[in-house]
Amino acid sequence: MSTVKESSPDPELAGTGAYTWTGKSRQWFLRHLPPEKLLPEDQPSYVASWAYVFGMGAVAGLIFIIGSGVVLSLNGPQWYHVSSLGHFTNSVHLWSVELFFMFMVVHLWIKFWMAAWRGGRLLTWITGMLAFLVSIVTAFTGYLLQTNFDSQWIAFEAKDALNAVGIGAWFNVANLGQIFMWHIMLLPLAVGAVVALHVVLVRAHGVVPPLDAAATDAQLRDSTAGAQDPEAKPS
Amino acid sequence: MHELLAQAPLPVTPGTYFGWGPVMIQSGNLVVILTMLALFILALILPFPGGRSRK
Repeated sequence: MSTVKESSPDPELAGTGAYTWTGKSRQWFLRHLPPEKLLPEDQPSYVASWAYVFGMGAVAGLIFIIGSGVVLSLNGPQWYHVSSLGHFTNSVHLWSVELFFMFMVVHLWIKFWMAAWRGGRLLTWITGMLAFLVSIVTAFTGYLLQTNFDSQWIAFEAKDALNAVGIGAWFNVANLGQIFMWHIMLLPLAVGAVVALHVVLVRAHGVVPPLDAAATDAQLRDSTAGAQDPEAKPS
Repeated sequence: MHELLAQAPLPVTPGTYFGWGPVMIQSGNLVVILTMLALFILALILPFPGGRSRK
């Protein structure tokens, strides 16, 4: 096995140590996701509006969903179906989902009428849409886990639909154990990953400016001309 | 076991439904939709606290 380091013909890589996949990955991440974009200290003036609150409201709802869901899964159905604290935690889980969806839908409406896919933000829009769809499936499996007459009704109405589209044997809503695993393992991972990617993309491209935003605003000036922000505070 | 079952929540009740011609909606769903519409409108018209003093 050779340990000889080959020099790169690319002048951009000279002296950076980016000859390996780890080095190249580091270069890629620093170029596309610089720390000052991922954790900015300032935002353009138009962000001081209620229209820019609901996305983070949905993320806050998701944090409560995951937190209460972890407590529910640590204690199990015998606890959350019969004890007072279990009922309370179950209700926190349900109402966090209600708020998560309400904030997400208002966020969707506002960003739709702002044409938020402008300025190279198409993938941000697509990941947001995917987050909505995966969240619907996750909430659906949650309703199946109520283990009451309501969930039984929902399951067997859905069974017909899922059988009709050919996935009923693979995603079997009549199999409580399988749906339990989808709800507490696979789908939360999917929602978490898609939402994380969505937030990273929002950071990478910046929040979308309003349709009538002044072309002199800091974020627009920075992204279009690449010039220094004259209003930036001296470090 | 019977004690445990007695502590379990009451069976789900059908709830209240509203209907206008072919349209029918359960009260809980109607409340959620009206709340979302109210949040949307308020987000557009309400001033943001501290908004004027920012950059």
